[in-house]
Amino acid sequence: MAATEIAFEHVSHTYHPPRGKPVLALDRVSLAVREREFMALLGPSGCGKSTLLYLLGGFLPVEEGRITVGRSPVAGPGPDRGIVFQNFALFPWKTVRQNVLYGLEKQNLSRAERERRAQEFIDLVHLDGFEHSYPSQLSGGMKQRVAIARTLAIDPEILLMDEPFGALDAQTRGLMHEELLSIMERAPKTVVFVTHDVREAVYLADRVAVMSARPGRIKEIVETGHVGRPSPEIVKSRDFIDKVDYLWNSVRQEALLAQSERSGAW
Amino acid sequence: MKPVVRYAPLLLLALLWEVVPRAHLIDPRSLPPLSAVAVAWWDLVTSGDLWTNGISSLVNLSAGLLLGVLIGAALGILMAWYGMLDDVVHPLVRALYPMPKSALIPVMILWLGLGAASKIASIFMGCLLPAVLSAYNGARGVDRVLIWSALAAGATRRAVLWEVILPAAMPEILAGIRTALALSFILMVASEFLIGQTGMGYLISFRGESGAYDSMFAGVLTVSAVGFLADRAYLWAMQRALIWRE
Repeated sequence: MAATEIAFEHVSHTYHPPRGKPVLALDRVSLAVREREFMALLGPSGCGKSTLLYLLGGFLPVEEGRITVGRSPVAGPGPDRGIVFQNFALFPWKTVRQNVLYGLEKQNLSRAERERRAQEFIDLVHLDGFEHSYPSQLSGGMKQRVAIARTLAIDPEILLMDEPFGALDAQTRGLMHEELLSIMERAPKTVVFVTHDVREAVYLADRVAVMSARPGRIKEIVETGHVGRPSPEIVKSRDFIDKVDYLWNSVRQEALLAQSERSGAW
Repeated sequence: MKPVVRYAPLLLLALLWEVVPRAHLIDPRSLPPLSAVAVAWWDLVTSGDLWTNGISSLVNLSAGLLLGVLIGAALGILMAWYGMLDDVVHPLVRALYPMPKSALIPVMILWLGLGAASKIASIFMGCLLPAVLSAYNGARGVDRVLIWSALAAGATRRAVLWEVILPAAMPEILAGIRTALALSFILMVASEFLIGQTGMGYLISFRGESGAYDSMFAGVLTVSAVGFLADRAYLWAMQRALIWRE
């Protein structure tokens, strides 16, 4: 298995809106993600955390600075980095099974092997019985499970998640957290998880990187101190509550800063 | 609504069409009663005139429509995908769009002569732009995360065009084809008015000029009915093809 440590070195990114002035979205971001680490990127909306993820995914060109995976710089998207988006990004014209098969068809696998793997991952996310449903017939939580199965089926070494549970209700989100953790327990991966939900970040991640308001920088990195898989019990612990409280204030400062800058700009 | 109720206005119209000329409220030479039109229609069927002209029309229509839709959709998608092509072609599309395509029929006759080629070319011109624009808009509207998902799964850019852009744009493309279908009937009849010898448009204008008004009306009714049925059939097929939509 190839090395999967990730390094952002002085990465800047300027966004050019169709009309109006260019906006500096990321300002010399440096961040190292360890092998098989679960890293959460936390920050107020508009801080560029998703942009950082898209750069790592290779969807946007790295114009300034360097991003490396293992030792090699990122040059375009690839099946070594699977991604799950907030709004699922399923192919609506494909059934659940066809969606999960899509990436497998790009690999050098026999038909039987593809089918077997697709079914394995559909079962893994508890969607057996829905193989022939179209995404439009599924609930939000089910759609996101399909998206996770589709991404995991091609066995990426790195999993990028862009607010994957942001569109789900609280109950479903909690269930999805447990599913994700149990999947990661069975097949550990390096995960970069973008969220603006502080509790989610502290619960899931090994480390939480807090981003500043635009232009995005890494403000601080906080260890969550989990040993092994977090259990639902830890959310009641003093340590968990303190960390959430601390990070919540840290993000809030940035959100207020962003707000005052915005009103100043008017 | 029950079909009987829904089509009641049509039945009423048919009834008036029969009664009004018979009562000489309108000169029957201007509007032959519907029953006379029906008899003339049956004559066209038994004499074979309806078949020869109808088949000629349908062949030209299918050829023009198919070419226009295929080339138009391909062009529209490529325009959306390749900015350079868009820069060159889009101003042309914009300039040509408001132009009534029937105005091009004499140009086609000049270039391609008085034959099927000119008819097909005219129908093609009418169908091209609706297909281009619908495919273009459909392809431009594809959510970038769908493209990214495919690329992250290992798809090449060319594969993305076939496997993501085309199916994602399909609802718009199919709606554009429906517009093209309606336009193809208009251009079919219009081109056959000007280019003689065969076709439903020719049959209508020839019977009209020779005073066989009941046959003329039979031709008009046939074209209308076939156009209506084609649209219904297309709509049905389109809904089946897009069954995945919510």
